[in-house]
Amino acid sequence: MAKIHGAVTIDRDRCKGCDLCVVACPCGVLSLQPKEVNDRGYHFAYPANEDACIGCAACAMVCPDACIEVYKVIEK
Amino acid sequence: MKREDIIKLENKVYSRPRLLNDNIMHYCPGCSHGVVHKLVAEVIDELGLEDKAIGVAPVGCAVFAYNYIDCDWIEAAHGRAPAVATAANRLNPENVVFTYQGDGDLAAIGTAETIHACTRGENIVIILINNGIYGMTGGQMSPCTLEGAKTATTPYGRRVDLNGFPLRVANVVSLLDGTCYVTRQAVHTTAAVRKAKAALKKAFINARDKKGTSFVEIVSTCSSGWKMTPEKANQWMAENMFAHYPLGDIKDTDKTE
Repeated sequence: MAKIHGAVTIDRDRCKGCDLCVVACPCGVLSLQPKEVNDRGYHFAYPANEDACIGCAACAMVCPDACIEVYKVIEK
Repeated sequence: MKREDIIKLENKVYSRPRLLNDNIMHYCPGCSHGVVHKLVAEVIDELGLEDKAIGVAPVGCAVFAYNYIDCDWIEAAHGRAPAVATAANRLNPENVVFTYQGDGDLAAIGTAETIHACTRGENIVIILINNGIYGMTGGQMSPCTLEGAKTATTPYGRRVDLNGFPLRVANVVSLLDGTCYVTRQAVHTTAAVRKAKAALKKAFINARDKKGTSFVEIVSTCSSGWKMTPEKANQWMAENMFAHYPLGDIKDTDKTE
């Protein structure tokens, strides 16, 4: 069976920590940094559970600041 | 599979729209404006209208829209965007003109301009971001504020006997003969974002093909004005706003013909 691998990159300086991508992700990949903040003081999102990502781009689509890019590989 | 093997240019499935500038948006965290800007940029890029699109920016939170989307822009006086768009479209019929307005701009001070532009059937796209509040000035009541909603100017909730009923602008303009496509969408979930993008694309195609006025209302959130987290604001919108502003196409002359 084909296995899907996904990965996301998040522009941490652009992220405002609105949490919408965390809610939209169907696989529980993303979460907000609990302590670290970016230059403007926001707890930016990061892929905490990276292996679960399937590259569906749900997070990127709802991101208001367009700071998420999504990559996907289908391994046959 | 390692992260380095996945993150390669040929595996990219979603990237930042090419027509969005590098400027960081001034909107509050979780604001729907960002998503709609992104969709407009994607649609203009996909239709190849980069050199032809002229946007008309409103007064309100989206006043700096010209800083974010890389096409030609005009800044209109408060509420007068459809009138400015009319002029731009009549003088440059080869261009595709769209306005991008909030509910305080379009439905309050700009009602006359909106209704008459739609009545004349100008070949423009009107995008209404309806969050039921004046976001930029500190959360006052707008004509689209829901009954009972607490705002800065209605601290005990909007009362119908005092403030009237919330205005469904999309339903009003759908009755006018000049409009060819009137729809109401939202951008709170992935599915809704896809539908909103399809609606915007259809609207821009209508304007390009000179079919009449297209009106796209996006029911959206104002987490700062509503004093909620972005996630809570999306939930509140789905539970309360959609009852008064049901989503879907209201008028589509392509289908009725």
